[in-house]
Amino acid sequence: MTALSLNQRAALLSVILLIVGLCIWEVAIPAQQAAGELTEYERLTGGGTPKAGVPPPSKVIEKAWEQLSNPFYDAGPNDKGIGIQIGYSIYRVLSGYFLAALLAIPLGFLIGMSTIAYKALNPFIQVLRPISPLAWMPLALFIIQDSEQSAIFVIFICSIWPMLINTAFGVAGVRKDWVNVARTHELGSLRTAFIVILPAAAPTIVTGMRISIGIAWLVIVAAEMLVGGTGIGYYVWNEWNNLDLTSVIFSILMIGVVGMALDAMFGVLQRYVAYSE
Amino acid sequence: MTHPYLSVEQLTQRYPNGSGGEMTVFENASFGVEKGEFVVIIGHSGCGKSTIMSILAGLAESTEGVVIMDGAEVSGPSLDRGVVFQNYSLLPWLTTLKNVTFAVEARYPNWSKDQVLEHSKKHLEMVGLNGDVFNRKPSQLSGGMRQRVSIARAFAISPKLLLLDEPFGALDALTRGSIQDELLKVWAGTDQTVFMITHDIDEAILLADRILLMTNGPYARVAESVDITIPRPRNRTEIVEHPNYYAIRNHLVQFLGKRSKELAGPTGLVENRPETVHFDNTAMIAKTKKSSVAV
Repeated sequence: MTALSLNQRAALLSVILLIVGLCIWEVAIPAQQAAGELTEYERLTGGGTPKAGVPPPSKVIEKAWEQLSNPFYDAGPNDKGIGIQIGYSIYRVLSGYFLAALLAIPLGFLIGMSTIAYKALNPFIQVLRPISPLAWMPLALFIIQDSEQSAIFVIFICSIWPMLINTAFGVAGVRKDWVNVARTHELGSLRTAFIVILPAAAPTIVTGMRISIGIAWLVIVAAEMLVGGTGIGYYVWNEWNNLDLTSVIFSILMIGVVGMALDAMFGVLQRYVAYSE
Repeated sequence: MTHPYLSVEQLTQRYPNGSGGEMTVFENASFGVEKGEFVVIIGHSGCGKSTIMSILAGLAESTEGVVIMDGAEVSGPSLDRGVVFQNYSLLPWLTTLKNVTFAVEARYPNWSKDQVLEHSKKHLEMVGLNGDVFNRKPSQLSGGMRQRVSIARAFAISPKLLLLDEPFGALDALTRGSIQDELLKVWAGTDQTVFMITHDIDEAILLADRILLMTNGPYARVAESVDITIPRPRNRTEIVEHPNYYAIRNHLVQFLGKRSKELAGPTGLVENRPETVHFDNTAMIAKTKKSSVAV
């Protein structure tokens, strides 16, 4: 046992916890009672018909295997593979997210560089930021007249704030000495921005981007439950309407896995832009 | 009257003191620096040395007075005035080599990539850096190596005036010694004009042609200009043997220990120029030596 590294021991413990958890879950699900054991009253009130209960993990794993072995099938609007649904969600998240980055990062630069811009825009930011992104949905649907684009708009509006605020904070906090290095070398404003300010503020900016993508992934599920049609959020709600709880649990797990992957991507980016003084 | 290469005229700096009044850091300070000269300025904390440095660099503006360099007034920072700060002169996300090349590119925008690279490497090698150090980030270098890179960069862009703001202040004594030697070696091959701040008297004597002494603030001024009458090339073990060494050193210690306090306060003059102090014991010593030989 001593030969295992810390990481290996942690991984082993994770696997044990998973197995124990699944076993407890499996055992805790009450078995369906046979009709013969029921009282007459129970039979009369429909106790004998199969009940939709929380499915045991074995059923969920079975479902996962079935779904993941053919993730991209398309059998009409009500029956699409999990891959297609997740693809729609990721497409919406990334479109809204990149539009937000396109606006938030330059605007954050401006706010970080100029005190007057900061003071002028701060009241708007403070009022708009705490609004739940879903509260924009009716307005978006009315103005844009397209549910698909409204969902993208909701992602846009929710991912803009962490990026905007972190960019402004990072840019404003660039060490004065580094700015002086740029000034004494007569770097123009564009070169100062790219050689000094952007790399100096990059760790803070990427942290904002990481927070934003996390929020965007949280919001897309709710947004798709509202707009319907496609996407992982719609899938969860649709399976609930079908009373297929196995699929609901499976899709909840998938939401977690995709969220983790998105976050890990930004984790890599964060390591890439990190520097130590 | 001919103007020196760098001429500081009636420089005054006042700050609001927080209770509605004003605090005068220094007043009507005037002095000059000749081309190719190595001038060191010494004074206690709070006398405004760093402020003078920032004004010379163009990073700060004086309340009154002007700085004229090579016939033109200094306004704003420029590649003509290179600065080495005590810390944070290097950009931590760039490698050693890139920290130099970006400056060389800025100085010589028409040069090819190879020219820039060659020039940068040459200057890094001049301060004793080479090989894998080029690709390391500043955080992976020792404090002394970092300052070598800063110095290499400053010499690589050959500014008209090189400003050193306590460049060795954060280094231990041994490292400081070797990097001072390095600086002297690099400087000796050029006609670079240098203006440097330090707290270290021995460092000042080793490096400088002239030492400017500042009185304590507020109302600080450059009170004296001490000529370092020790011939170059200098060597730290040999200069202590020179007859002028202790005369100069004692004068500096006396000034910083006592007279900087006594001379402090406003003079009321419109121009505070430093008094020149010149020690030369070489002739006297030579005489005594001769007489001792005769005996």
